[in-house]
Formats: sequence, structure tokens, C-alpha cells
Amino acid sequence: MSATLFAVQTLNGLQLGILLFLIAAGLTLVFGVMDFINLAHGVQYMLGAYLAVAGYAITGTFWGAMLIALIGALVVGLLLEALIFRHLYDRDHLDQVLATFGVILFLNEAVKVIWGAAPLTLPMPDLLSGSIEIMDGLLYPVYRIALIVTGLAVAALLYVLVSKTRAGMLVRAGATNAPMVSALGVDIRRLFMLVFGFGTMLAGFAGILAAPILVVEPGMGDNLLILAFVVIVIGGIGSIRGAFLAALIVGLVDTLGRGFATDIAKLLLSPSAANDVGPAIASMLIYILMAGVLFFRPTGLFPVRGG
Amino acid sequence: MSTQSASTRLSRELIGALVVFALFAGLPVLADAMGDTFVVFFTIRIMVFAIAAVSLSLILGYGAMVSFGHAAYLGLGAYSVAILAEHGIWDVTVSLPVTLAVCGLFALVTGAISLKTRGVYFIMITLAFGQMAYYTATSLSAYGGDDGLTMWGRTEILGSTALGDRTVFYYVVLGCLLTCYLLARMIVASRFGRVLQGAKQSEMRLRAIGIDPYAYRLVAYVIAGMMAGLAGALLANAAEFVSPAYMSWHRSGELIVMVVLGGLGSLLGAIVGAASFLVLEEVLSHFTEHWRLIFGPFLVLVVLFGRGGLISLLPGGRKNG
Repeated sequence: MSATLFAVQTLNGLQLGILLFLIAAGLTLVFGVMDFINLAHGVQYMLGAYLAVAGYAITGTFWGAMLIALIGALVVGLLLEALIFRHLYDRDHLDQVLATFGVILFLNEAVKVIWGAAPLTLPMPDLLSGSIEIMDGLLYPVYRIALIVTGLAVAALLYVLVSKTRAGMLVRAGATNAPMVSALGVDIRRLFMLVFGFGTMLAGFAGILAAPILVVEPGMGDNLLILAFVVIVIGGIGSIRGAFLAALIVGLVDTLGRGFATDIAKLLLSPSAANDVGPAIASMLIYILMAGVLFFRPTGLFPVRGG
Repeated sequence: MSTQSASTRLSRELIGALVVFALFAGLPVLADAMGDTFVVFFTIRIMVFAIAAVSLSLILGYGAMVSFGHAAYLGLGAYSVAILAEHGIWDVTVSLPVTLAVCGLFALVTGAISLKTRGVYFIMITLAFGQMAYYTATSLSAYGGDDGLTMWGRTEILGSTALGDRTVFYYVVLGCLLTCYLLARMIVASRFGRVLQGAKQSEMRLRAIGIDPYAYRLVAYVIAGMMAGLAGALLANAAEFVSPAYMSWHRSGELIVMVVLGGLGSLLGAIVGAASFLVLEEVLSHFTEHWRLIFGPFLVLVVLFGRGGLISLLPGGRKNG
């Protein structure tokens, strides 16, 4: 395992971490403020990617596609909130899981009907295509670097929004004790909608960013949704800071694990056994990590609510 | 709940159970008379999933443990049987204990960790353990990986290949379902079951009278895991094939749907729910391959407007409270 390979894998890990953060941020806020578990958050990511492909077909540019997809993702998210999710806030988690599971089934299938089951691609913007040499003999695509930088910028923006603005203060207060915030005269439903719309857009944004480098296909949100769950459970539900750190940890552990588990296993086992055991261990790593974190800290690394 | 309503509810469930099991028992005769073999295969599938649903109902409906990774046990049970078969071990005297041990151990370890958490954390951690099992199965390249593994036959009973016969296999599955159902009923009615239900209502009160529900929950979780493992072993035998898809999180979601569709807090409801779900899936997919377009909104409507599940639609079955 050379230094170059290690550097590439680290960058790839960061990139996965950034995508996870964009999805997990919305998920953790929605859960933190509204106590609402939204399985359909992953399909918002998928919708972002599909709407971007559709937007590209209309406008012919990546930026136009991004604009259309962001607005589209927001509209779909708010529509779902008004039609279905709003009626679930007072229900127990089981009802929320079931109803949003129904939404997933519907949207995954709807996407298949509209765009077909075959994977689609979104061309990357000319401005960001090509590669640059970041260290000796290491060429890395500009787009992927731009993705990492964009994600970090969004994280910084979120930090400012949540910790420095009035709306952010209400969100934090809502995550700690929603009934109290409501009792103090804040229109909690409006706050909910704001947070939900914002979270939805972030997930859609992640989908748009991922579209040029990953394939766009039905169900693409499902796997990331589960990783995002792992992220918010490790980070502590409701905590943006926790989500950010946990997303990077999960992204790096997963990517580096897949990259090097077989090599590490070879140090201990025979090559053929290592080839079998390596990938299995690699795919289990983040779950073992999560189990470990929860075993010692049952409410995650940065718990928001007491107890 | 007064003893009066409890006893009428009990007798209603008893009559319902008699009807359901009589239907299951009579079905192969009827199907033979009509020369329809598909119905028998399909009903085997229903009964297998009914076992899994009963096991989930035990922890979900009576212990309020929303396990979103229950399909992992279906998969573990199926893989235990198939991997043993791959190595030439077919006999039930080996494969059944191994299946139960594997599933029980997995449930013990993951349950011990998961049950330290509450509410939504529990949902997510069980989901994550389910995914862990799923990805492990996909990376088992020696046993087919993503493509799954074909079993060239069925489990043998002391060297006899009787299970190869459709009707015998059918009644063995029915026997397993009946055993699991009765076992679950006994558990629910026992002191152990009452502690479980008490913990669901108020953990604090239970602690106040000196009972720590953790161990009770864990034992229930392990029992449910082993029961679902048995369902998995039967599923592998029914299809003579196993694949990681048995453990996908969609499958876990569907198991929850079955339990809730039938009615939370009713073991018979779980059986009815499993049957309704599979029949609905089968019927809808005859109309369109995109049956999920119909089923998804249906599920949302059931959650929003239908309370109490199908079992509450039975005569006199209005759920109190």
C-alpha cells in the first residue's frame, strides 16, 4: 500500500463523508427538532439526482440542471410534508417508519416508471472536468475536489446558520425541548416546515453533486440512507456537529477499510483466506464502529437531549 | 382492560386461530382436487413468512421493540442450512440445532448491544445490524456472494428425503407454524410475557417493583431471532436456494408491515397480516409490474387512517383503547 494509493483513498473517503454529511444533516435536524424519523430522506437524494438529469435535458448545462433540481427537490419535499408527514409528527415512531417506508416504495417505483430502470449519467460541468496533480504522480479529478470543497463550505454555512442566527437558535432550542419553544410563542409548525424544506434541499443537493460521479438509478438513495442513519446514530441525533464528524469518520473508515482490509488480513492469514475475509470485514467495519460507540455511549458522541 | 373483555378477546382469538389453521390444513386437499399446484407452493411461502411475522410480533407487539433488522434472521437461518448442505451435511439433526444456535447467538450479541438503546436508536441499530448481515452475505464469495447459493435438494430427516414431497413439506411447515404460534401464545400468557408487556407500558413502574426488564427483553429478542431463523431454514428448503436478498432491509420493512397490517398485539394478526401482504403483492403484481406504485400509497393510508389492523375487522373485534 503506497502513499499515493493511501492519499487517493483518503480523498475518496472524505468525498463519501461529505455526501453522507449533506444527507445526514437534514435527517438529524428533522429528527432532532420534530422527533420524526424520515426513511424517505434517502429518496430525496435520489430525486435530486434524477431531477438534475431531467434539468440537464431541458437546459443543457450543469448549472441550470442544478437550479431546477434544487427547486424540484424542495417542492417535492414540501409537498410530501404537507400531504403526509405533517400528520405523522404526533404518531409513534413505528407509524412514521411504516408510512415513510410506503413513500420510499412509491417513489423508487415512480422513478423507475418515469425514467426507466437503466442507470443514467449526468455530464460534469466543463469548468470542473479534467484532473490536477496534487502530489507526485497523483492525478485527482477536479470535480471530486470541488465536491469536497463545496461540502466543507456547506458545513461551514450550516454551522453559522445554526449557531449564529435567530432561526438557528430556535432550531437548537427545538431540538432540546420543542414543547417549551412552542409554549414561548414560536410557531413551531412553521419552524418544522423551514427545517424540513432545508433538510430536503440538502439531500437533493447531495444527489445532484453525486450524479456526475456515481450512476443515477432507482434505489440509489437506500444504501446511503442507511449509512446516514449510522452517521446520525454515531454523531448523536439532533447534533449537526456530531453528524459532520461522524460522516467524515464513517466515510473514511468505510473507504479505507474497503481499500486495505484485504492487505491487512494478508498480514495475519494466508492469501486465499485473506481474500475471502478481507471484503467481509471491510463491509462490517462501520457497523462494528457504530456498535462500539453505542455500547459505550448509547446516545452517540454528541447527545443533544438529556438521557 | 377488564377480565370480561380479556376473556371474550381470548375466545375470539381462539376461534379465529381454529379457522385459520383449519384453512391451512385443508388447503392441499382442495388444491389437489382442483389440480392447482401453485396455490400449495404459495401457501408454503405464506406460512413461512407467517412464522417470521409471529416472531416479530412477539417482540414488536408485546415488547415494543421495533426491530428493523428482523430479516437478518431469515437470512441467517437460510444460509446456515444452505452452507451446511454445500458441505454435504443435510440432516435435520445437525442443521436445525446449528441454525437455532447461529441465530440465537447473533440475536444474543446484537440484542445485548441494541437493547441498551431506546426508541429510534433501537430502530436504527437493528437496521444497521441487519445491513451488516446482508453485506457479509454478499461478500461470501465462496458461497455465491451476490448471486446466492443453490441447494441441490432439501433437508433430510434421519436420512429420509421425505421433505422432497410437496405435501409432506407443506404439513411440516404448517406444524412448525402451529408450534411457533402456540409457543408464542404460551410466552405471552406467562409471567415472563406479562413482564414484557409491563415494560412496554411503563418501564418505570416495573423498575419500582424491582424488576429490571433488560434481561426479559433480551431473552424475548433471542427467542424471536431463533424463531425467525427457523422460518429462514424453511424458506431455504422451500426455494432450494438462498440469496442475500432474503436479508435486505426492504424485507425487514415488509415484516413490520405484515405485523402492523394484521394488528399489533395479536399473534393471529401476524399470521393474517403475512397472508394478506403476500396475497396483495401477488394480486397487484398480476395487474402491473409496478405494484409498489399502488402498495406504497396503500401503506401510507393504512398508517394514517386504519388503526388496529385487519384483526380488528373480525366480528366483535373492535379494539378497546
